[in-house]
Amino acid sequence: MERSITLIAIFAALIAALGLMPTLMLATGVPITAQTLGVMLCGTVLGAKRGGLAALLFVGLVALGLPLLAGGRGGLGVFASPTVGFVVGFPIAAFTTGFVMEQLRNQSVGLAAGVSAAIGGILVLYVFGITGFMFVLGKGLGESLIILGVYVPGDLIKVVLTGFITAGLAKARPASLLSRS
Amino acid sequence: MISLTSPVETWAHRWPAGLKLGLLCIATMVLFSVQSLPWHAVFCGIALMFYALPGRRFLISGLRRLSVLWPFVLLIVVWHFVLSDLPAGLLIVLRMVTAVALANLVTMTTRLSDMMGVVRWLTAPLRVFGIKTERIERAIALVVRFTPVLAAKGHLLAMAWRARAVRRVGWRIITPFAVLAIDDAEHVAEALRARGGV
Repeated sequence: MERSITLIAIFAALIAALGLMPTLMLATGVPITAQTLGVMLCGTVLGAKRGGLAALLFVGLVALGLPLLAGGRGGLGVFASPTVGFVVGFPIAAFTTGFVMEQLRNQSVGLAAGVSAAIGGILVLYVFGITGFMFVLGKGLGESLIILGVYVPGDLIKVVLTGFITAGLAKARPASLLSRS
Repeated sequence: MISLTSPVETWAHRWPAGLKLGLLCIATMVLFSVQSLPWHAVFCGIALMFYALPGRRFLISGLRRLSVLWPFVLLIVVWHFVLSDLPAGLLIVLRMVTAVALANLVTMTTRLSDMMGVVRWLTAPLRVFGIKTERIERAIALVVRFTPVLAAKGHLLAMAWRARAVRRVGWRIITPFAVLAIDDAEHVAEALRARGGV
């Protein structure tokens, strides 16, 4: 029990700490943060239930007013801004990532992590992100897809990185890879 | 860790957090149901007045927090200008700015401890189902402590990288970073168990 709580808490903190890392720039000039990489890792390392709880804890603390989002953003204002869907989608994205990861037990860790991160961290997260964007800015599906589509290449890079990093963690700390235990 | 509560003491700091959250819910629902541009201009004006009332320092820090919205404001205004439907664009922009401004206002005038009180009240019904809600509070306290510790360790890792490598810090430090985090979690779990568990 203690182990579950501390691992959930540390991964919530990891999402926050990754948001503090300097942003990487894509060739197109779109900045990407490592924050969603943290969400993907929650799922691939901790599994569905604990990974989802870690992301939920992170989102809860943002709502309580801690500046944990990339760029020191936080507070209730986040939930009225156009990016609300992505923040609200974090826990579900992490849960889905973990769920797919648990189904792919027979695959190698890196491949399974990449596939689950793509499904949870891109497909599911964008469904929420685009819905929030459409709602706050009153835009149609096509328009929102065009605007938010510029972030997909960055997220594809994060999917690949999630595969490599999870495979690395499986070697370094196999006992802590709860999605495979 | 620094929370986003404003150090400038306002009268709203003394209001119950639950009341402020309730009013925010109602205000946001009104904002999204009204479809008239003049009314949205009035709402936005009122929100800005709330920021101006506690003084210059409060106003400036509040406006700085709103400034993160500028890419969206620009996007919508240009988009609707091209479609020659500027009034609709202005309505969307005003609604978004007012909604975010009011929500930020609640965050700026409510202490973390008061917000925790609301969480405790909201999660109380879960106790009926045998969920130990004090574990949520324990986990929140852990994250508040872990985040600056992890950020500092990440900074050390980045410095170690720079001392040894020519290339700039990249994704390769994330694996050792996560290993450090996992080890921290395992140690703290052991320490918690040694002190009677959660």
